[in-house]
Amino acid sequence: MSSVPILSTLKETVCVLDLTPLTALGGTTARVDSFDGLRISECPDWALASVAARLGQEPAMASAARAFLGMALPDVARTAEPDPFGVFWIGPDQWMIEAPHDTHESLAAQIKAALGDTASVTEQTDGWVRFDLQGERCHDVLERLCNADTRSMAPGSVTRTRLEHLGCLLIRRPQDDHFSVLGPRSSARSIHHALMTAATSAI
Amino acid sequence: MIINHPLLGPRDSQEFTYLGDASLIDRPDWQAENAVDQFHDYLYLRDNPAGSHRELWFHETGDRSWLVVTRDTTTHEITAVELARDVARARGRSK
Repeated sequence: MSSVPILSTLKETVCVLDLTPLTALGGTTARVDSFDGLRISECPDWALASVAARLGQEPAMASAARAFLGMALPDVARTAEPDPFGVFWIGPDQWMIEAPHDTHESLAAQIKAALGDTASVTEQTDGWVRFDLQGERCHDVLERLCNADTRSMAPGSVTRTRLEHLGCLLIRRPQDDHFSVLGPRSSARSIHHALMTAATSAI
Repeated sequence: MIINHPLLGPRDSQEFTYLGDASLIDRPDWQAENAVDQFHDYLYLRDNPAGSHRELWFHETGDRSWLVVTRDTTTHEITAVELARDVARARGRSK
């Protein structure tokens, strides 16, 4: 989460800034919108890092990642959720890894330490906004917004898709009727507006 | 038009962007004696077949892989789709 100074207090000769984190939508708490059969929630509490195997290092990277995650990296278009991580396939020899921000603020550094020169690791936390859609009406909203056939997506799968003109990762969680949309953070309000408009229209 | 992605299966062509002739993979050696001539041909000379054509497509709103698509320019029938990196490596490229 980004931080802005909201108050500066003079204490003797030192100026102390009290920092309050803001979510991608600009609030101090995560936005939640409830509909009949659908809950759309902003999920700011996740750290993200991307991982790309280096050329010729793919097998070494896979075994190092297995040791770090306690589970093999997911196959094409699949996800894995080895607690406390979420791992999403995003392209050939490329994955996105999420973890709770409170415990894994330095996620990219932790992954880089584990994978060494077998992979290129990039901090992604503040580049993305995550919205979760939960409830049996989620398909009715997503089918109005993107190409992905959400009803036929297997639980534990992921696809990149265009959602209201924005390239997003769409993840179907292992639980029933639970999708995550990861999109560009700078367009958080546009994505939220699209989700709200489609939900209002469909429900 | 549907492009049958080698990894992800059939995908709508609106997810892809088109670059051009797959011969763009064969970038000349910039240190060759006749590099200027080679780059002239590489940049400006294209076949324009009415029929089977090998071309580069980018899966922009997908997994971001480059593909070599063999498409009939008169019917849009697609007869082969390969990962461009496999094609490039088969031609001796290191990446």
